[in-house]
Amino acid sequence: MVAYFREMFVGLWSLVAGMAVTIRYFVRPIVTVQYPRQKLTMTPKYRGHIELIMDPETNTHRCTACGMCVRTCPSSLITVEGVKVKKKKLPVKHVIDYSYCSLCGLCVEVCPTKALKFSNEYRLAGYQRQDMVIDLMARLDAERATVGLPPLPIPTPESEEETTSAEEKA
Amino acid sequence: MIVALIGVIALVSVNALFLIWMERKVAAHIQLRPGPMEVGFHGALQTVADAIKLIGKELITPEEVDRPIYLLAPIVIFLPVLVLFLVIPFAPNLIIRDLNVGILLIFAFSSLTVLSILMAGWSSNNKYSVFGAIRSIAQNIAYEIPLLITAMSIILMVGSFKLSAIVAAQDKVWFVVIQPLAFLLYIICATAETNRAPFDIPEAESELVAGFHTEYSGMRFGLFFLAEYTNMFVVSAVATVLFLGGWRGWILPPVVWFLIKVYAIIFLIMWFRWTFPRLRFDQLISFAWKVLIPLAFVNLLVTALAIKLF
Ligand code: SF4
Ligand code: SF4
Repeated sequence: MVAYFREMFVGLWSLVAGMAVTIRYFVRPIVTVQYPRQKLTMTPKYRGHIELIMDPETNTHRCTACGMCVRTCPSSLITVEGVKVKKKKLPVKHVIDYSYCSLCGLCVEVCPTKALKFSNEYRLAGYQRQDMVIDLMARLDAERATVGLPPLPIPTPESEEETTSAEEKA
Repeated sequence: MIVALIGVIALVSVNALFLIWMERKVAAHIQLRPGPMEVGFHGALQTVADAIKLIGKELITPEEVDRPIYLLAPIVIFLPVLVLFLVIPFAPNLIIRDLNVGILLIFAFSSLTVLSILMAGWSSNNKYSVFGAIRSIAQNIAYEIPLLITAMSIILMVGSFKLSAIVAAQDKVWFVVIQPLAFLLYIICATAETNRAPFDIPEAESELVAGFHTEYSGMRFGLFFLAEYTNMFVVSAVATVLFLGGWRGWILPPVVWFLIKVYAIIFLIMWFRWTFPRLRFDQLISFAWKVLIPLAFVNLLVTALAIKLF
């Protein structure tokens, strides 16, 4: 008899305790973000596709078109073309085909001038494969535009045609 | 009478649309989500859009069903629901028919729901539907007994089956103060009677697909849905009349008070649903027979003794 009532009260109390928990959650502010209208800021650690770092001092990239990233990439999805300007090589084209990228990070690690990083871009959707081809130079120009800078001038070789393709013809 | 009928049908539809929206909002907020937000202000028109979609759906009748019964079940579940609104006193002058046996009529007709669930489950020719129907009947029989006994203890105090008389008897103090145990028992039984979680084993979706209405589509399913939410309104309205003083309140008009109390009880029932896990079948039945019915009897006896002594 005692056990019967005891069980009843213990049970009832546990139900009340449960309801107290849910009502506390009921009045708590909502955590869901209404996505297309509100967006969360990504953490800096988020690994989106790679992009060129904008150097805070020179406001340009640090890439020397050495082609290390092109050779290292296990999926061979990076294309870099550079030209020699005043004994310095500069890229004219830096394009990745993101649909093949495994986000392994080898390109970021191998770059001798530390010119690459992972972007915070998470809104990646496209209607065709071509939409996943990302022009990193254009992205850098867009980033420069946010601080009011014009697009980078296209480097032109001084004399004879010295364009070298660093693309691996594997 | 025609006006009343149209009024009841309008109330039933608007109430169901509102309750579905409310349920989704309550569920969402308990889970820290916003719930429907897109159609109308905070998704208020979402259920209207859903209803239009439901009406547009094809009515599929599976082969091998028991056709007449299969087609009749959604109608049978809905008809008593309309009758129940006849006697609910929304305000002193807002009762369609203030019958002498009002509360009996409500309990008698709300039992018809079980018949319709059995019809739907049996005629669907589907094992899950039959399981759902069997469980529903066992559950409804088990929970109707304590429901009636708790209502009896109120009727003993008032000495009338008339709903307006029960409200009139609460002019000094609401019966929830005098009969807290009866109120608790009534709410538990009402939750079970309307097949709501945690007593929703007739339509336990994780084991029985959708229970007795698995084979229904389109507006036939819509009628079951409508009936469920209307039943919720009815049991809450009866709880309001029996325990919360019906339309009594201050400043605001009586009908507003009545609706506030009804929706407060509905909120409580929804709150149950999003807190408690579903019971197992044996737990459900033994809870009714071993706990609720004895307690209801004791409550009735104590009430009768108290009335005799004072
Ligand atoms: S992260 Fe890996 S796969 Fe992606 S571009 Fe860099 S090296 Fe290639
Ligand atoms: S490894 Fe770095 S510097 Fe060399 S081409 Fe790639 S991004 Fe440019």
